[in-house]
Amino acid sequence: MSLADHNNPREALIQVKDLHISFGERKRRFEAVRGVSFDIFKGETFGLVGESGSGKTSIGRAIIRVYETSGGEVLYGGQRISGKIDKDLDRRVTREIQMIFQDPMASLNERAKVDYIVAEGLYSTEKNLTRLQRQARVHEALMDVGLLPEFAARFPHEFSGGQRQRIGIARALVMNPKFIIADEPISALDVSIRAQVLNLMSKLQRERGLTYLFISHDLSVMRFICDRIAVIHRGLLVELASTEQLFRFPLHPYTQALLSAVPLPNPAYERKKRPLIYDERIHHYENNEPTWRELQPGHFVLANDEEARGYEDRIGAVKAAQG
Amino acid sequence: MSEPILQVKDLNIKFSLRGRVLHAIRGVSLDIHQGESLAIVGESGSGKSVLTKSFMGLLDANGWVDSGSIIFEGKDVANYKTEKEWLSIRGRKIAMVLQDPMTSLNPLKNIGKQIGEALFLHQGLKGAQAQERIREILLDVGIEDPQRRMKQYPHQFSGGMRQRVVIAIAIACQPQILICDEPTTALDVTIQAQILQLIRNLIKKYNLTTIYITHDLGVVANIADRIAVMYAGDIVEIGTCDEIFYAPKHPYTWALLSSLPQLGRKGEELFAIKGTPPNLFNEVAGDAFAPRNPFALNIDFKERPPYFDVSPTHRVRSWLLDERAPKVEPPESLKRIDAQGGSLYEFG
Repeated sequence: MSLADHNNPREALIQVKDLHISFGERKRRFEAVRGVSFDIFKGETFGLVGESGSGKTSIGRAIIRVYETSGGEVLYGGQRISGKIDKDLDRRVTREIQMIFQDPMASLNERAKVDYIVAEGLYSTEKNLTRLQRQARVHEALMDVGLLPEFAARFPHEFSGGQRQRIGIARALVMNPKFIIADEPISALDVSIRAQVLNLMSKLQRERGLTYLFISHDLSVMRFICDRIAVIHRGLLVELASTEQLFRFPLHPYTQALLSAVPLPNPAYERKKRPLIYDERIHHYENNEPTWRELQPGHFVLANDEEARGYEDRIGAVKAAQG
Repeated sequence: MSEPILQVKDLNIKFSLRGRVLHAIRGVSLDIHQGESLAIVGESGSGKSVLTKSFMGLLDANGWVDSGSIIFEGKDVANYKTEKEWLSIRGRKIAMVLQDPMTSLNPLKNIGKQIGEALFLHQGLKGAQAQERIREILLDVGIEDPQRRMKQYPHQFSGGMRQRVVIAIAIACQPQILICDEPTTALDVTIQAQILQLIRNLIKKYNLTTIYITHDLGVVANIADRIAVMYAGDIVEIGTCDEIFYAPKHPYTWALLSSLPQLGRKGEELFAIKGTPPNLFNEVAGDAFAPRNPFALNIDFKERPPYFDVSPTHRVRSWLLDERAPKVEPPESLKRIDAQGGSLYEFG
């Protein structure tokens, strides 16, 4: 079964189909991602939420071809980009898919000037550029992220965390990407700087029609930035919906547990909050295997027949209660 | 309010770095009360960790208490010089839990031994007595099957479980004050919620006074009775948890709260503080936040504001509270904290 939403007219930029990623050999083999499928539409921010070890980062790295897949495929603009691909496509993907990393303190080369850090990708993908052209591209990218062109001559240690994350974003932008994978781009940043970086990401998306894959463990941030959210647990997607649907009808017990644990800046709420704990033993999958089902348009959940009936009842009840 | 267990008076801490002097804590006064849970909120570099480290004599070698006092049990510990003096407090009366459990634990010793060390060092417990106490503590921090677990090594524990072990070591000697420095920042949200629940239970069971350092205001809303907001080495606002969240007065607190994505609306810009914190190598003139403060008055650039009392528990260091100052309204998005009395989501 293809998990893509065939009724949706939106164009899929990325299609992940039955993706498997495993590490280690034979006996010590570990399946980090166990058959995950989803589409990312052009121009949207697609969120992938899960906890450490859930496989969310591995998926991002498989899409950008850092990790090999052990099964399934990844399509970019309809062309397969997982596994062996030809040189031209490889070069195109290297340019058009970029990544923003979590920790700007660790992800920038301390010994290189900003100039080189930002231009690095150009050296391998656009070899014909002259020095001046390259410099112009770097300056443009720096200005796009709100930094001054003269910063190009400095070293990373001269910058604050927020500025360094901007350099990390400039480094992605200089390639004129179409698709950016942001893996926990704000988790390592201070609260006030988080807002700056989120605003910058939204602005760049509006101006350039970028598509984002936003990987995070923090649902409260995703609610603010993502159009659709997929919830991943131990290498499997358990729920996928538009942000509004997910927060209005969280169906899978793991989604509910995640939501219930999100800290909110509100003492009254925090005092009465009772975080739910997700225990896989509540599922009875012995006789009835779970499948990936669309329970309302665009809202998918991993459930068996009995669970699906319960979820449908709940959707009905929420709709009735909220009118 | 109960007795202060620890009193900080006009504390100044400086560091010497590459021949220059950094004024990290700039005249902080703070009473910490018996049994309360105080949260210190601030961004990196605001001095929140330095302040609490000075309570235990853990300042880096290039740092010193320049003036002021830290009164604990009738003694001014700011004058302590030797390790011997500090060891009478550190770990025994004031204990600390740090952010990263992997670096706080010794990977080569089983966790029973590591807890046992603390018990032996501070309470002289050995042998069967110590074993019994270790089992007890492990159960207290929610580690089941202590008999088996105490023989295991840190790598055999998950991140959340390791943090429980670190907490076990910290409370082993029944300290009076527990300092938690970003203890859940490295953890997943569901594990974070469990650790916070654990800390709350331990506060009750051991009658602990806790100082909780974080930049995460969601966590603060969960754990704190009282909140101190730090900026550039100074406490700019302090009040009860409700006062800080529902009626904040300092523009920096407004900025911190309104920059939270939790309060944002999709498609709208989040409020972001412009500029960067002041360089504390230079002496700060006037209000340290003034250059980034959209509500700054002329006097903010010249004279440091005093504290203004908003209520007996709520003090704010901002000229905006002066009766001659123009009335300003906090940002619109702060009203959503009230509106959000419910949760972010709805269950069917």
